[in-house]
Amino acid sequence: MLRFLLRRLLIAVPTLLVIATLAFMLLHLTPGGPFDSDKVLVPQIQHAIEARYHLDEPVWRQYARYLGELARGDFGPSFQYRNTSVNELIAQGLPVDATIGAVAMLLALALGCTAGFIAATRPGSWRDRLPMGVAMLGISLPVFVTAPLLILVFAMRLHWLPAGDWVAGSWRHVLLPAVALALPYTAYIARIVRSAAIDALAQPYIRGARAKGLPPRLVVLRHALRPTLMPLVSFLGPALAGVLTGSIVVEQVFGLPGIGHLFVTGALNRDYTVVTGITVLYGALIIGLNLLVDLCYAWLDPRVRARA
Amino acid sequence: MSGATAGPADGPWRRCARRLRARPGAVAAAALLALIAAAAVLVPMLSPFDFATPSWTEIFRAPALRGGHLFGTDSLGRDLLVRVMWGCRISLLVGIAASLISVVIGAAWGAVAGFVGGRVDGTLMRIVDVLYTVPFIPFVIVLEVLFGRHFLMVFIAIGAVSWLDIARIVRGQTLSIREHEYIDAARALGVRTGAMIWRHVLPNLGGLVAVYATLAIPGIILFEALLSFLGLGVHAPLASLGSLVAEGANEMQANPYLLVIPATFLAAIILCLNRLGDALRDALDPRHEQGRHD
Repeated sequence: MLRFLLRRLLIAVPTLLVIATLAFMLLHLTPGGPFDSDKVLVPQIQHAIEARYHLDEPVWRQYARYLGELARGDFGPSFQYRNTSVNELIAQGLPVDATIGAVAMLLALALGCTAGFIAATRPGSWRDRLPMGVAMLGISLPVFVTAPLLILVFAMRLHWLPAGDWVAGSWRHVLLPAVALALPYTAYIARIVRSAAIDALAQPYIRGARAKGLPPRLVVLRHALRPTLMPLVSFLGPALAGVLTGSIVVEQVFGLPGIGHLFVTGALNRDYTVVTGITVLYGALIIGLNLLVDLCYAWLDPRVRARA
Repeated sequence: MSGATAGPADGPWRRCARRLRARPGAVAAAALLALIAAAAVLVPMLSPFDFATPSWTEIFRAPALRGGHLFGTDSLGRDLLVRVMWGCRISLLVGIAASLISVVIGAAWGAVAGFVGGRVDGTLMRIVDVLYTVPFIPFVIVLEVLFGRHFLMVFIAIGAVSWLDIARIVRGQTLSIREHEYIDAARALGVRTGAMIWRHVLPNLGGLVAVYATLAIPGIILFEALLSFLGLGVHAPLASLGSLVAEGANEMQANPYLLVIPATFLAAIILCLNRLGDALRDALDPRHEQGRHD
């Protein structure tokens, strides 16, 4: 187990290096820069600005400097927000994403598992067809369609919830963005749980448990639940990554001050350090969450544990 | 064999077609998709309006059967029907072209990794593992910003990032194809590795690749729509379903039809493709002969 963990952490370092290098080189090797503008600056001022951010140095030296700072956990100063470091910007934005992402994921898990299990108990009946039909619709409706529709119905017409904006600690501001983000994942989870539960309930040991007279509720909880959870857990890795980057859209629609919004404005304004920093952060979070998911998988499946 | 009914003599493709026809949902999805595609091609050709010319006297006309604007007009007085049909054109075109790119890269990558095996396999699949952890939406956004939102970049960027799944699936299938006797026979005859992959492995992957190409198209269409929604896809005045949804979202308080109509078309296209892909997967899967998991 420890060896497995160490090996995964060892792979994570070069992976992050690749991500950082890709982002850095893409930004620095293409024409145009963060301080290009239509206004013609006095050459001395232009030069002073570039010197302040080391943009006058050769690219390889900027790259070495950046990697050195990155190794110490410093993402550098932002170009568009003066006197603010990228670390400070991320520290402000990340709680927004973490709140919405966590609420969305919990909603998706609770609703998706319930719908999937209900559908699996009677495959082919209306209890199966209705939730699965809704799930197909949920997969087909992208977040940027459902989010404005949710605002239209629940904020503009019914006036139940605010249409956007962010007030720290207010659950009313969390609800609509989290639901919009959760919808497609609820649908995916319902489909996965349904087919896994159907397979699990068809196993001979389930028939055995029923034959010895175990109540149906205990048959599901004790014998069918664990094998049903495994495909779900392996879906959680990509799902968490999707929730993370998917919040870019949700933040745009609801006008939330998260890191996704920071990233898009940073990309448009060529804020090199913001874009590279957030890309590396996304990569690190995806690697970390995947590792967590794999650990859960090993915990659920004794065969994986034995191989690792 | 003319007039043969369902039986073991059927080829896999014919059997697949038969099973597809037996599913009303799949047939309806295919029909609706064909209808949308035909409308997307024909309507802009036949309509008196075009997608770009503003008309200041026709702003925000609500959808109506009379008066020429079936879906109404937008904030610049442009006919929404023509713009939505252009959006469908762009979405379908991007979906098909980019999924072709990703299928070609993914199938070649997976087939070589699975067939050659050993160190080549290890290296190729490690690269896939590393690329899997790259946050793609951010990277494509950066690519789009840097390369001036060239339309071709949308294809390349999306195609280049969506081949990973196909590579993994194709590799798995190739590993099992490699064990067949005809591969041994071909090797005994002295067929080289490259020719072997081309002549014996790739043709046997056809069904699988067809399924995942169908299932990849909706994902790619959504990705393009997402980019256009964020203002990084097609250039105005050209419309994509994503940019139309974005325009509609800005006007939805007073004129909700501007959001609802393009959103409906986008959802319908994605829904039909998902349905069709699912049905195709079940139809090609020999285990589903008895319709166990209908």
